[in-house]
Amino acid sequence: MAERKKRNSALLKTIITIVMAVFAVIMVIPFIWMISTSFKVNGDVFKYPIDWIPKKWHFENYREVWTGSNPFYIFYINSIKITGITVAGNILTSAMAGYAFAKIKFKGRNVLFLMYLSTMMIPGQVLLVPRFILFDWMKLINTHYSLILPGLFTVFGTFLMRQFFSTLPNELMEAGRVDGAGYWRTFWQICLPLTKPALVTLFILTFTWHWNEYENPLIFLRDRDLYTLPLGLTSYVEEFGTNYVLTMAASVSALLPLLVLVVVCQKWFVEGIASSGLKG
Amino acid sequence: MRQLWRRASFRENLAGYLFILPNLSGYFLFVLLPILFSLYLVFNDWEYLKGFSGISWVGLDNFKALGSDPKFLKALQNNTIFTVVSVPASIILGLVLAVILNKHVYFKNTLRTLIFLPYVSSLVAVSVIWSIMYRASDGPINQVLRNFGISHPPGWLSSPDSALFAIIIMSVWVTIGYAMVIYLAGLQGISKDLYEASEIDGASKLRQFFRITVPMLTPTTFLIAITLIIWSFQVFGPVAVMTQGGPIDSTMVLSYHIYLLAFRYYKMGYAAAVSWVLFAIIFVVTLIQWQSQKRWQQHF
Repeated sequence: MAERKKRNSALLKTIITIVMAVFAVIMVIPFIWMISTSFKVNGDVFKYPIDWIPKKWHFENYREVWTGSNPFYIFYINSIKITGITVAGNILTSAMAGYAFAKIKFKGRNVLFLMYLSTMMIPGQVLLVPRFILFDWMKLINTHYSLILPGLFTVFGTFLMRQFFSTLPNELMEAGRVDGAGYWRTFWQICLPLTKPALVTLFILTFTWHWNEYENPLIFLRDRDLYTLPLGLTSYVEEFGTNYVLTMAASVSALLPLLVLVVVCQKWFVEGIASSGLKG
Repeated sequence: MRQLWRRASFRENLAGYLFILPNLSGYFLFVLLPILFSLYLVFNDWEYLKGFSGISWVGLDNFKALGSDPKFLKALQNNTIFTVVSVPASIILGLVLAVILNKHVYFKNTLRTLIFLPYVSSLVAVSVIWSIMYRASDGPINQVLRNFGISHPPGWLSSPDSALFAIIIMSVWVTIGYAMVIYLAGLQGISKDLYEASEIDGASKLRQFFRITVPMLTPTTFLIAITLIIWSFQVFGPVAVMTQGGPIDSTMVLSYHIYLLAFRYYKMGYAAAVSWVLFAIIFVVTLIQWQSQKRWQQHF
């Protein structure tokens, strides 16, 4: 009886797995279509029934995208530079400020933290107009500084780190003081290593945010050789319009490395994004 | 000075200020100052190209103008439709997927990652892909629909009747993975005892889902709802890439209206006013969510 029940539930589980696998494949069909199209010639793009596996593989689409008149590697260099600097800098300033708000009792701490909190709900669209004017006045429009500088200091990151540091016991600081460690060493060597889960969350969120960000670069950047990946991709759409195979090869070039990264580091990405909300 | 240094409170204060100094200076310059300047701008008209001398005080005129701005009203309406349709769809689908993936499948992590991929992808890139797939005459979506016997499939992005829904469908596709992942995390917090107890009482799986799973996940649902509502009201990339607000304003949304006002027409004061309306919506939604969550917690 129990044996049969077990076998039945295994069968049921297999059936449900198959149904879910079909659903998962439907979810990624746009990506599969993108990859398949990127190897075709324009005449075959809208053929029906769809050739999921191209009859002939046209790698020259990628050669055009990466080494042609609008080479893609420039966008990669720009995106890596901007994302790298902002993510690293944001984590550092957020961790330091979050630590101070959680664990150092200085005058005015509560007032300052309240001020941070009160501006946390302000959407990016409110900041866009005045920041544009500020950067225009500082002569930073059409430079990478206009994207890097505001990304280095975020209210959200500070709040996230502050929440996590608050959960660490105060005995840690006292133990550090007994050992003769100063404020910096207590922070850097004792407390920071314990916040790894929060650091991973902040890293994943800021990384995907800056890597995919479109609105700010669209407003602040003018020259194509300064463009980041999403902006570079739209410049393809504008330049090549109905040349769909090139547009798709450019989309694959923009997306695939990130998709592979997410699949390889899926645990990080899923947990990073899942824990962002639950702790906040 | 040395005496001062010996005082622990002085050192504590100094350390605190030094630790927040980098963040605080950036906060003042790139967050607080812009916010204050924007609050000043909403009461002014600014002919931007004339420089600072082009600023003139207009009081509440920018807000009064909102009522007679058809693009603004259309954007407000579209954002509302977008939210009312896409948020429940993502939440329901995400919940069902999470419950199934949590217990009832093999290869759980692989399936979860595949469904999650659209959410971490660049919105611009997926918009580019979908806008080609959506092509009315020969795009793959309509070819499949015709193959299933629908002789007049929707015009998708090219028709004012369907453009907004085309963007909504893509957005649900993007956000399902987010809802599912947060629900999966929430499901880990439900005690197994509850299910075992109800099993002894002879409750069916469906009854368990509605009587245990759904109520126990309420805080998670609140969190997902608030995040997605805010996301929906700020949606920009898909509109900018796929439709530029058209055809005939059928996909005009607040963030794109702000973008056009400020950076196409350089109406800085009015654009700032619209952006504060967006803030007010987000603020009210968050407040309602807070209140109802508090009431829910008292209830239990």
